[in-house]
Amino acid sequence: MAAPAVKPYPSITTTIEPELSTLEKRLLNEYQKGFPLSATPYADIAAELGTSEALVLDILQRLKNQGFISRVGPVLKPQRLGTSTLAALAVSADKLQQAADIISSYEEVNHNYEREHAFNLWFVVTAKDQNRLQEVLDEIQNRTGCKVMSLPLERQYHIDLGFPLWC
Amino acid sequence: MNVSYTNTPLDDLDRAIIQATQAGLPLTNRPYTAIAEKVGSTPAQVMEHMQKMQNQGIIRRIGAVPNHYVLGFRGNGMSVWDVPDERIQTCGEMVGALDFVSHAYHRPRHPPLWNYNLFAMVHGHDRDEVMQKVEKIAKLLGEDDRGHEVLFSTRILKKTGLRLPGGNS
Repeated sequence: MAAPAVKPYPSITTTIEPELSTLEKRLLNEYQKGFPLSATPYADIAAELGTSEALVLDILQRLKNQGFISRVGPVLKPQRLGTSTLAALAVSADKLQQAADIISSYEEVNHNYEREHAFNLWFVVTAKDQNRLQEVLDEIQNRTGCKVMSLPLERQYHIDLGFPLWC
Repeated sequence: MNVSYTNTPLDDLDRAIIQATQAGLPLTNRPYTAIAEKVGSTPAQVMEHMQKMQNQGIIRRIGAVPNHYVLGFRGNGMSVWDVPDERIQTCGEMVGALDFVSHAYHRPRHPPLWNYNLFAMVHGHDRDEVMQKVEKIAKLLGEDDRGHEVLFSTRILKKTGLRLPGGNS
């Protein structure tokens, strides 16, 4: 049987404070940015943290396997790689899942959230150009039968450089 | 490949590097060497191009990408604000400077159904924590806050890292 394409997220309503070691927390907190561009970056991190490269690699692999991190790598800025928008739909409860599935089926959609509001589906579309972006929005509107509200970015006031997980 | 990118001087190697790294760097001793082999280049060139893309703002940061939900941040609240258009710049900068706001954006209004022009993503362990933080924003904005709402997510239906659009060469 094929594995599901998207790993299910744990229920949002349960609050679990995961138990992590100090070293794990430091790797999560301090290396959301500034990952070394050097021949042996994990060894360099290990030197900064006063531990071994093998342990750093081992911890990162475990954090990844357990889903605490999705990856170690570059985070791209959407506006620089094409054109994107945040869009929302107001869908009736009985059609919500169907509409959500239609939206998620597009490879141009990288975020799709259900939110508590009359506008209850919120998704980000990133396409190679404006034509394709509009095409995806039009198709979603036609296929779901719901009017799409598109809210493209006009200005960003904060550059996301990660944020403190533990203070 | 006839993919056009707005205002982005990406060369072929840049694109190949993005495609080879967007799912993550390998967790091996020499990750850039592994990437270089994939894209037919040298580790030095891969690092140089990644540095260049970071300087150009194409790459926002390089590092561990935490999954906030799994880490216990379950109170992802999208706060939306109606502030006077002539004050949006000042308000946006004030809100964007708060350390608990991960994203702050000016987006267009769609009256009459949608009158909000400022978006601020607020993270907390639970809804109470998010609401306390939203109250701090409201106080900070004072009379520029002509109305706000917090939209909590009830389900993540899809979340993937941003991919290079339009091609999986």
